[in-house]
Amino acid sequence: MNETMFIDPQRCIGCRSCVAACRECSTHKGYSMIFVDYIDRSETTATMPTICMHCEEPTCALVCPADAIKQNEDGVVMSALKPRCLDCRNCVNACPFGVPKYNSAMHLQMKCDMCYDRTSEGLMPMCASVCPTGALAFGTYEQIVPLRRTKPVNAHVFGNQSVKTKVYMMLPTDAEEVSIDGCGVFEGQIALDGAPVREESWIDTQVEESDKSNEF
Amino acid sequence: MSKVENLASIIDRFGPHLHDEPIGGWSAERKIDKMVPTHCPYCGMQCGMNLLVEKNHVVGVEPRYDFPVNEGRLCPKGVTAYLQTHHPDRLEYPLIKRNGNFERASWDEALDLIVAKFKGLQEKYGKDSIAVYSGSSLTTEKTYLVGKFARLGLQTRYIDYNGRLCMASAAGGNNKAFGIDRAANPWSDIPHAEVLIIAGANCAETFPILNGFLWKQRDNGGVWIVIDPRETPTARQGDLHLQLKPGTDVAVANGILNVLINENLIDQAFIDSRTNDWEAAKAAALNYPPEVASEISGVPAEKIIQAARLYGRAKTGMIMHARGIEHHSNGTENVLSYINIALATGKIGSEGRGYGTITGQGNGQGGREHGQKADQLPGYRSMLNPEHRRYIAEVWGIDESELPQPGVSAVELFNKMREGEIKGLLSICSNMMVSLPDTNQVRKSLEGLEFNVCIDFFLSESARYADVVLPGTTWSEDEGTTTSGEGRVIKINKAIDPPGEARQDWRILQEIAVRMGRGKYFQFESPRAIFDELRVASKGGKADYFGITYEKIDKQDGVFWPCPTEESTGTPRLFEERFAHDDGKAKFHAIEYKGAAEKPDEEYPLIFTSGRIVHQYLSGNQTRRIGFLVQQCPEPFVEMHPETAMKYKINDGERVKIVSRRGEGIFPALVVKTIRPDTIFVPYHWGEELAANQITNAALDPTSKIPEFKACAARLEKIHTRELPILGEVRKGTSQNEVQRGK
Repeated sequence: MNETMFIDPQRCIGCRSCVAACRECSTHKGYSMIFVDYIDRSETTATMPTICMHCEEPTCALVCPADAIKQNEDGVVMSALKPRCLDCRNCVNACPFGVPKYNSAMHLQMKCDMCYDRTSEGLMPMCASVCPTGALAFGTYEQIVPLRRTKPVNAHVFGNQSVKTKVYMMLPTDAEEVSIDGCGVFEGQIALDGAPVREESWIDTQVEESDKSNEF
Repeated sequence: MSKVENLASIIDRFGPHLHDEPIGGWSAERKIDKMVPTHCPYCGMQCGMNLLVEKNHVVGVEPRYDFPVNEGRLCPKGVTAYLQTHHPDRLEYPLIKRNGNFERASWDEALDLIVAKFKGLQEKYGKDSIAVYSGSSLTTEKTYLVGKFARLGLQTRYIDYNGRLCMASAAGGNNKAFGIDRAANPWSDIPHAEVLIIAGANCAETFPILNGFLWKQRDNGGVWIVIDPRETPTARQGDLHLQLKPGTDVAVANGILNVLINENLIDQAFIDSRTNDWEAAKAAALNYPPEVASEISGVPAEKIIQAARLYGRAKTGMIMHARGIEHHSNGTENVLSYINIALATGKIGSEGRGYGTITGQGNGQGGREHGQKADQLPGYRSMLNPEHRRYIAEVWGIDESELPQPGVSAVELFNKMREGEIKGLLSICSNMMVSLPDTNQVRKSLEGLEFNVCIDFFLSESARYADVVLPGTTWSEDEGTTTSGEGRVIKINKAIDPPGEARQDWRILQEIAVRMGRGKYFQFESPRAIFDELRVASKGGKADYFGITYEKIDKQDGVFWPCPTEESTGTPRLFEERFAHDDGKAKFHAIEYKGAAEKPDEEYPLIFTSGRIVHQYLSGNQTRRIGFLVQQCPEPFVEMHPETAMKYKINDGERVKIVSRRGEGIFPALVVKTIRPDTIFVPYHWGEELAANQITNAALDPTSKIPEFKACAARLEKIHTRELPILGEVRKGTSQNEVQRGK
């Protein structure tokens, strides 16, 4: 499979169509494996989708004590194999992107598998099929990159850990890598009534909470 | 009398309940019997989609990659649309209200009651004592039939529809300027425009799939100028954002035209050869140098100049607008002031040069063409034109004198109910308690009716006020055509049979007409038969459908009207050679800034504006029942700037009261820097105590009679509650009520 996913956050309109569509993939049993977050709703309407980046050396698989997470010949990192998954949640804690979730009802780790049941039959993944703007796009490097004015980057740096991924982030043309260090502070809160200071807008929390329908 | 009693038990029985999985649950083991290509039931994009059908149930959706408009793309409403078909809230048999409770009735019982009541009222108070109020989510066949039903079946002059709340200002402006009302260009022209002016249109949330075209334009190196009081996702993604005060669009548009004139960025040859009345429009625009426009609108003068230069210097460009500029008591003038810009620069009538309103409702275009509007007959004909009247009378087989005279617009119709002139109502495909302005007055109108009939497939907030409710069908249970926002007539295909005793809406109307003794005019056996009569009725009119057939729609992936002959393949782009006025020329209009009917003052210092979010559709009667969509946004909120919040000592998430001269509502505050400090915003999709329309002003545009949803004066009050917004509890399952405040 020469195709892969391209994530272009500047195009994301926060509609969460990808989240809804992910549930429609028949093998996902109604669970969505995509997350869409506000970056900081008090400042901006910017949003961003998170799907599995399909690492070349997947951290989730490396930390799995039962060898339950397999990478197939196309470089797609699959959900945990049900007979092997130990419910240990090492992968959930270890993934630098925060992608795998543990489904306690099914006693199984579940994550985005690039809609392998569709892509292996030549169909596009549901999320990239429905995405209104192309913030999530599926295709070959040669198909997608020439159409865009952004630069595909698949090197990510998390402190001491560097990760190379099958999935590309579409970034400004001067970007070399995605580097994560620290996070912003929420300023929309006025200290009042002795209320506890929250670190983000309630609507950011609401969206994250609704994603927990997949966190089980 | 039709007051709502026993609200709790009504909600318990009819919802809104949240439903979030296909019938039989999520399963990988389905045996799909057929995949039915059709379109989304929601907005004016009318995206193609495939419905997956198993044993007469719609159990899922599959992208329809081969439909050229959306190529498989869908918004979250589209993806989850199929969940409404087997929803536990579906109305499956007729209901008659007795002692405040809805009781199951047979079709005969319900229809006999309706006919007896309608006949009784009409004998006592005259034919015009019954009104029909319709909607544009119906297929064009149904909207045509509703018009005929009111005029011939009930013989009343009073009919109007919810397009009045939607596209009426655009229609008014288009007719005045161009002599016809349709988007001038197909959406496929958008990627060819160097510059887009997007005014009052939050495309990202209200027309998500349009963004595919917008981003293709961007990928080609294009630029977006976005004019909106809020930094919507579209404004954020744009290149230049003119964040104006709500209601000041004329100042901005005239300011842009002023710069275009002064920097000689106009196309004099185009103006001379293809337009009239330029000098008057020019003179008016000269009164709005950027500094003046800036003073009125709050947009920095430099940005107005920049916008004019970007658009004026580009070879190609398109102007698109939506409800943001149209929902005003001067909505038609707002539209005309933007059309002036397109005409002055000659950017219209060719690939990448164009203009269009972004029509909101699914069939907002088709629904406004064929006679469910108060003063209109099929094919965009006028009720005031004797020739038009004669033609339609002939098609319908009646004498011209039997055709009623024009009625009144939506808001005026409900005023007449309150004033007692209208005693009975038949509403279909509309939820007035959410969608009409000034909810408290609408409630009085409905409560004052002597007899109220509602046709719908869910019991909406408005249907609760009805005496008889008849179960209609969703889009997947019938066939017919709709006309999308670009003027493309497309075909909705039937996937399954209606559930229980529910009947297709056209059958219901026809049955009432038959029992009213008017059966000879209503002999249709299928939507196709209605369409065939509509083709003849529209023949020779401006919206000429005569050459359109179901087969041609299938073959061509839709047909753009006008399509006057069987050989014609339709007209994707208008105005290539001539405009639709008799002399073939477009008209400029001299527009002066007036502003909103109600401006902020000491008592009500803030500008209140309303709008939409991506997860709900219009009055929410369909989408507030889908678990996934409600989870994303369980209740309305009020957006306000941190400066405003600081002034009133309001915290993010705190519930506050908004008060206007007409009503008040309580909403959690969303404190964001993406809105002007002088403006607050509430999305409008909810009813009763959650309705944004409790606050809004029913002031009407004199031409379009559109109400001013987008600007009125309001104040904020702190209410010292600790009740927080509904955070995302998991609300899955089939039997939970819609989350409401205090429940």
